[in-house]
This record gives sequence, structure tokens and C-alpha cells, in this order.
Amino acid sequence: MIVDTSAGPGSDALLPTSTPRCLIDADGRPTAAEGAGLPDAEVLLELFRLMSLGRRFDSQATALTKQGRLAVYPSARGQEACQVGVVTAMAQRDWLFPTYRDSVALVSRGINPVEVLTLLRGDWHCGYDPYLHRTGPQCTPLATNTLHAVGLAHAARLAGEDTVAVVLLGDGATSEGDTHEALNIAAVWQAPVVFLVQNNGYAISVPLAKQTRARTLAHKGVGYGMPGVLIDGNDAAMVHVAVSEAIERGRSGGGPTLIEALTYRIEAHTNADDATRYRQEAEVASWLARDPLSRLQTYLQDDGLLDEAAIAEIAEEAEARAGRLRAAMNADPVTDPAELFAHVYTEPTAALRRQAANLADELAGELADDLAEEVSEGAS
Amino acid sequence: MTAVADGTETAQELGSLTMAGALNRALADELRADERVLVYGEDVGPLGGVFRVTDGLAAEFGDRRVFDSPLAESGIVGTAIGMAMHGLRPVVEMQFDAFSYPAFEQIVSHLAKLHNRSRGRITLPVVIRVPYGGGIGGVEHHCDSSEAYWVATPGLKVVTPGTASDAYWLMRQAIASDDPVIFLEPKRRYWAKEEIAAEPAAPFSQALVRRTGSDVTLIGYGSMVPTLLEAADAAAQERISAEVVDLRSLSPFDDKTVVASVRRTGRAVVVHEASGFAGFGAEIVARLTEQCFHQLHAPIGRVTGFDIPYPPPMLEKHHLPSVDRILDAVDRLQFDDTVALPTGPGNDA
Repeated sequence: MIVDTSAGPGSDALLPTSTPRCLIDADGRPTAAEGAGLPDAEVLLELFRLMSLGRRFDSQATALTKQGRLAVYPSARGQEACQVGVVTAMAQRDWLFPTYRDSVALVSRGINPVEVLTLLRGDWHCGYDPYLHRTGPQCTPLATNTLHAVGLAHAARLAGEDTVAVVLLGDGATSEGDTHEALNIAAVWQAPVVFLVQNNGYAISVPLAKQTRARTLAHKGVGYGMPGVLIDGNDAAMVHVAVSEAIERGRSGGGPTLIEALTYRIEAHTNADDATRYRQEAEVASWLARDPLSRLQTYLQDDGLLDEAAIAEIAEEAEARAGRLRAAMNADPVTDPAELFAHVYTEPTAALRRQAANLADELAGELADDLAEEVSEGAS
Repeated sequence: MTAVADGTETAQELGSLTMAGALNRALADELRADERVLVYGEDVGPLGGVFRVTDGLAAEFGDRRVFDSPLAESGIVGTAIGMAMHGLRPVVEMQFDAFSYPAFEQIVSHLAKLHNRSRGRITLPVVIRVPYGGGIGGVEHHCDSSEAYWVATPGLKVVTPGTASDAYWLMRQAIASDDPVIFLEPKRRYWAKEEIAAEPAAPFSQALVRRTGSDVTLIGYGSMVPTLLEAADAAAQERISAEVVDLRSLSPFDDKTVVASVRRTGRAVVVHEASGFAGFGAEIVARLTEQCFHQLHAPIGRVTGFDIPYPPPMLEKHHLPSVDRILDAVDRLQFDDTVALPTGPGNDA
């Protein structure tokens, strides 16, 4: 048989729902009677707490950029439900492959915020230990991290582990060739991978309509032979549940899942971008009304799971963390020019050792000149 | 550490093999020695690769360790990165040189950089096998020599064997390397047979003097090594003693061996199939000029492919460096300083 059409579930089972799946609507009301399908209260409270901490982290990072402490910062404001929902659904043994916009996911995974911001401050590239946190370096070339997730997940499966790899990408990245290759290979190998597309409506300035003619990005799953799931990406409970289901599918040998989470980038692409050139204020306002934090807060308060005191306590924690981050980022980072040569290869080559020595000599000469200048100024 | 890396491994009675056979044997020996090694790519499974370099491996080691991937070069390299992050040592194949270009971003932006980006925490022991170069009558996109792209990328090691025995040992050394390696296989030499030495002729990143001489150093690598040896034989008929240096490792570059040879002979010709303009030869000539200037008796010559897209098969013979063209370059190295100055209109006319 050239083509085994009997393999896997029928295409209907792979298609997304006609409207985005949602558990808590924009007004904070459960969509199903008695909150059916919702995660436990404990999980909901953790989602709220992490989103609150994440949002404060995000605004602090934006402030630090304005103060010149970061070279650039791509804000995750508005996308907290995606970034927190995915992390709470993952086990510690699972691997996360994030992009540059996923700093809130990284701090939610427990990575030191200063190490998260190393890339954007510019004292090194990746500041955290990928193995300690089972989190790949934040990826800048779009969609390229999808393939790393597939490779790692396949290797884990070959090793007999039940590790799942979760890769984050944006709507723009779905137009890249690597996304196609990764979805296809993951499906062929039945690799335990969750592709979470945070569809925030824009690739810098280009709206989704210029990226695709597909009805939804989730519809692309069926073409690869994997389930495509369309969800409300501002509903943290929904993100948590959808990613949990996909992780479970991968863990139990059911292969990869493509999830499209509908969300919105409230800030511009980065501090260097001017979003007023390509989108209307009214559109931003309509998404502010669908804010992921306030809807979960409303739900939790209405259900008696959260009171003002608890909210104040979380706000206090967020403020304390922001203060610590500010203090840490206001100290000048220590950089070592010798490190430029240290990690190019596992052992520096002879040529790199020579170049390192030349730079050291150059710097020693500058230091000697500076000292001499100080001495002569002191003498005059 | 593998036996190859610590130098204790010796191959017993490998006998005489073609380069393709030697590579096949090296892959098999590494698959056997280290369960972290796996081999995949397009058609490398049951078919054994279009050049049969992976012949029989899938049958011997099973389809979990030797397998056909979907037809996607970026995907092959990108997934190899993820596998290496999880502790495997993938050996992947780009079916032909020009088919490696879809993987360019994964190689340049990730494979070469992740070790540095992660401050040494991630190591990527990935070998990318690339059959390269012309001389086999291949149609377009099957004959490129792309080494200049790879050597211009810090973080990659780039090697290419010139002989079957070297192919065996270089492959084993490449798989043992903790750094990513671009392994360029000179496909026109796949079928040349040679006795496989019982141990590596040199450490991984070292050049080799293939023939000693005193008048001129011929420098090349990969497919050009046999051509240089032939040229040296022919030069001897004209009483010119040519030394032949086989670079083996293009990056890192073994300045020591090459510079020592050129300082001794005082003359050099650098040869490669790839185009000359901004080709790897330009780097070699620059390094030799910096380090041998006072020992040089003549400008260093270059014999390379023309600055053209790789020619169609019926015209490739004009493009590829030949023994005659190398000998002509040697002749231009001012052995005879009694030659009259050019006549005709000059600066003082």
C-alpha cells in the first residue's frame, strides 16, 4: 500500500471547533453549567497569582527599557493567559522552547528574572541554564525552535522517557518553512510535542489576514494528521486545560497537537515600534475588555475563591519582586571580554587563544594608559 | 570519552576499502561503539543512501538508530539539534551539497551558536555529512563546493578527507567531537580504493604533509589531494620538487603545518574546486602572506574554479583544477629570475 489511509483518526476528529473553546468568558462567567471542565480552584488561584506576577514583571521590564537598562523589550502584556497557562500545564520534566516574547512564561517557570533578561540587557545571550529549567534559550529566528522541540521530544521517546516538548510560536511564525517541517516531522514520527501558537493578531505590523487564507491556524493541523485545537487564548483556565490535554496525548503516545490560542499584543512589538501606524485604538480597547487577568479575578471573586486581602497580598508580592528586579538591574552587570572566546568551541582553538591574548593585551594597555593619565593629572 | 577521542582505538584488518566503503565502516563502528550515535537523512535507510555510504546500516542497527527522515533538510538539522540537546550524537546526511542550503539557518544560527549562546551549557555533537564537489558528470545543484560558507561560521568544525583511509578515521574523529562538524565528502573520490590504516594519520584538526618536497608547497584538500599528488609527480619530471599538504581540517585551520612547509619551500600554490573569489584559498593565501612573507620567493598562486555557477556536465572539465593548470601555476612562481621584463608601453613610455 502506497498510502495508508486507514492510519489515525478521521479528519473530522482532527478539526478544531467552529468557535474557540472557552471555559471562562470575557466577563468572568463560566461557559458551562457549574463550571464543568474547569481546573481545580488551586490551579485557578495559581494561574491568577502567576499572571499577576507576570504582568508586574512585564511592566517593570518595559520601565527598565525606557531607563536604558535593557537594549529592547518585547512585551507580553495581554498574553499572560497563554504564557502562564502553558507553564502550569507542564511537568518539571517537560521541555519548553520559548521565543523572545515569552519572558512571562520563563519567570512563571521559576527562572530568575535577571537571567531571563540577560539576553535583552545584553551582557550575554542566554542567561539561564537550559538544563536546570528544561527550557531552551529564547529563540529569535522565528519558528526555528519548533524543530528543536521535535528533535528533543523524539530523542526522549527513543530513550523511553515520557517527556513532552512544548514549543511557543506566534501567528507570523506559522508562515515560516520551519513550522511546516516541524509539524510534518512531528506527525510522521508521532513525537510528543505541543505546538502552542499565540495568535496575537500581528507579526510586528502585518495582520493575520496577510499571513494565511486558512480559516484558522488550528485548521492546519488536519493537513499534517494531528489534532488542531482552537481556544480563547485570554482564558487562562482554557489554555491550561487545552495544553494539559495535549501534553497527556503526547505522553501516552498519541503524538503531537497544534493549538491556536487567540490573544492580543496590547503593547507595540517592542519599545522601538509604533503600533499606532498599523492598528486602531478601538481595536486595542476591545481587547482590553477581554483582559485575561480581570476575567479570572472576576470569576474567582464571584465564586468566593479570592478576596480583597488575597489580591492585595499577591500585589504586594509582585511589587516586592519588581523592586528586587529593579535593584538587580540597576547594578551594572559584570562582563568579561575573555568569555567571548570561551564557548565558541568546547575547547578554544589556537586561533581563538591568540585572539583572546591580543584582546587582553589591548585592554591591559588601555588600563595602563588610563592609570598613567590619572597619575599625571594627580601630579599637575 | 570514546575510544577514538582518547586515541586508544585501532582498527584491526580493515583491509582495502573505497572511500564510500570506509565511511560506511566508520559509521558502523561508531554505531556499534556508542549507543548515542544515530544516523538519519533522506534515503539513508533501506536504500543505503544515493551513494550507498549508509548501505546495510539500517538492517544491522534497526530503524530506531538508522532511518529515513521526511524530505526536509532544515528539519533534519533542526531535529538533530534537539536530539543532541537530549544527549544523542546524530550523524545526518544532506544528500548533495546544494541541498544543504535549506538547512543554512539551522546550521548558522543554531548549530554553530548554541554552545556559545548558552555559555557552554549546551553541547551539540552533530555531524552533518555533505557529499560535495564535481567531477561526476552531475547536473546542476549536484556539484557545489560550499566550504567557504561553513568555514566563515565560527562554532563549526569543517573537515574533508582526501583519501579512503583518512575518510574512515576523520569520520570516527568527527563523531567523537563534542563540537558540530560539517563533514564534506568529495564525491568524485568515493570509489577510490585504499588500504585503511590501523590508526589515524593525524589528530582531528591537523593538516598532513602527503609528500615531501623542497621547491614548492601544493596546498589543497578533499577531491584535490589526488590531483595535487599527480601534479607533484609530473613536476618531478621537470625537476621541481613539490611538497603536498592535505589540509583535512579547514576549520580550525592548522597554521603550524602549512606555514612550516611554506617557510621551508618559499613557494606555494593553493588549489580548490570552489570559485576563487572570496573562496577559502583567499584565507589561506592571506594567512601565509602574514606568516611567511620573508621566506616567500614569489607571490602565492591560486588554482581554483572560475567565478561562475557550477558548469553543466559537458563543460565541467574546463572548470575543475587540472594537473596542467597546477603545473602552469607552479611555473609562474619565478623559478627563473633571468626572464626579461615585459616589453611594450609601460609606466615610463
